[in-house]
Amino acid sequence: MSVDRNIHLDALYKDVILDHHRHPRNFGLVEKPAAQVEGYNPLCGDRVDISIALADGKLQDCRFRGEGCSICMASASMMTEELIGKSVPEVQKTIDGFRALLKGEECPLAVEGDLESLVGVRNFPVRIKCALLPWTTLHQAIHKARGEK
Amino acid sequence: MSFTQDQVQKFRADFPILSREVRGKPLIYLDNAATTQKPLAVIDSQARVYKELNANVHRGVHFLSQESTDAYEKSRRKIARHLGVADEAEIIFTRGTTEAINLVSRTWGLANVQAGDRVVVSRMEHHSNFVPWQALAREKGAEFVIWEIEPDFTLSLERLEDILKKGRVKLLAFTGMSNVLGTINPVPEISALAKKHGAQVLVDAAQAMAHLPISLKDWPNVDFVAFSAHKMCGPTGIGVLWAKRKTLEAMPPYQFGGDMILQVGDEVTTWNELPWKFEAGTPNYGDSIAFGTALDYLAEVGMERIHAYETELVHLARQKLLEIDQVKILAPESLALHSGAVSFTTGLVHPHDLATFLDAEGIAIRAGHHCAQPLMRKLNVIATNRASFAFYNTRAEVERFAEVVRAAMEYFG
Repeated sequence: MSVDRNIHLDALYKDVILDHHRHPRNFGLVEKPAAQVEGYNPLCGDRVDISIALADGKLQDCRFRGEGCSICMASASMMTEELIGKSVPEVQKTIDGFRALLKGEECPLAVEGDLESLVGVRNFPVRIKCALLPWTTLHQAIHKARGEK
Repeated sequence: MSFTQDQVQKFRADFPILSREVRGKPLIYLDNAATTQKPLAVIDSQARVYKELNANVHRGVHFLSQESTDAYEKSRRKIARHLGVADEAEIIFTRGTTEAINLVSRTWGLANVQAGDRVVVSRMEHHSNFVPWQALAREKGAEFVIWEIEPDFTLSLERLEDILKKGRVKLLAFTGMSNVLGTINPVPEISALAKKHGAQVLVDAAQAMAHLPISLKDWPNVDFVAFSAHKMCGPTGIGVLWAKRKTLEAMPPYQFGGDMILQVGDEVTTWNELPWKFEAGTPNYGDSIAFGTALDYLAEVGMERIHAYETELVHLARQKLLEIDQVKILAPESLALHSGAVSFTTGLVHPHDLATFLDAEGIAIRAGHHCAQPLMRKLNVIATNRASFAFYNTRAEVERFAEVVRAAMEYFG
């Protein structure tokens, strides 16, 4: 008996996801953050801590820490790479678009690059929350930084 | 005495779901602590209720109502016999373990726990035997005390005695067998100690009843026992609260409605006798009757041999898992104190990734906090992987499971 490569699994765990999981980008804490929020998924215990710096209406810096599954951690890593340097409205648009994309809703967002690898999560309904956790946490952090409820 | 693999194959033939394929692979079901599969006899028994004898119980004078009432009460007698209980009126049907514990908390608890009293639960409780007592203590201004676990994943009688010695412990609630760790707790010794200090004792037996041969005659100091049918090859939605007649008679009713009354006056109502005083409304007789059939089935298989065989599977799983780098098992060393389930962590590989990998190979395990967040906090883990066994699992399944765990570690490593 052996364990062969499993096509079903490879559709979820693309190499680029495993790479981000093993070598997370922007891991850590922003110095003097404008906001820092911890997101938690009580079902599986994924925990991600997002800290951000805003300047000139842009997401100047965004870092994450946490413990979670590879999908959650890779998603956080890709998110920071994708969004740092973008204007806050652009960031918000991308967050909304990415959420819609994973939930299988109509999505005006064209996903390119590493992020595209996360689209496969759509076929694993129980794991969608893992992928979305960093994004919803960033959404909360931006609101917090701007003093909104 | 245990089972041969030929005998296990015969049991497997009784469970239709075990011949299913999952994701193109034969199903390997190792999530038995969450719920066990059902033999055809139980499925048929439940279907028979609705096909042949369906009528509301305790109501009609007509033929069918009598038949269904007889079957319902016969099932109660079977449960009493299975537990070694002489008085069948001490068997109260509930929706499951959770409702049984809540029943005690909301009736006996509200009536007996006062401000300044202490309510003790162990660190290894399922949320269903933790939160009801925490909530009651807060409501009453009582002190909620957690009986901590030892580094070897057991409970210590000395530590319990330290708590009891401080006095005013009204209730000790603990599990007979941990759903996370598979730790078997010595119920007779623990309950005797609690009784010596004047505490009432509730045992969450959801796992213990499924994996161990238990007679309540061996638990003379236990006041309340709660368990669920669905972890014992029975249907979901039905469970049992057992307590001594004297205790039950002194308790106020839990819910009000039909069946639990004797006489309803304009101003005052009197309660039905036991056990019906605690069974308001149309009871779940379909599942209760099928639960009786499940106990017949388990009696035929034999609880002592089930325990012996499942312990062999646990032993095999521990051996195979420990051959893998970075795997840590959360369980007592001694197999006298460990059966049913193996919880383990896999270094940097997250339980959800591992469970997804195993699932792709048709293997069902549980990954997460297992409804035991207070325990997870103490163990300083966010989640664990748990493989839990039943008598219909084969040695080959356990070996395959360990092999796929190894492959997963390489995949994510």
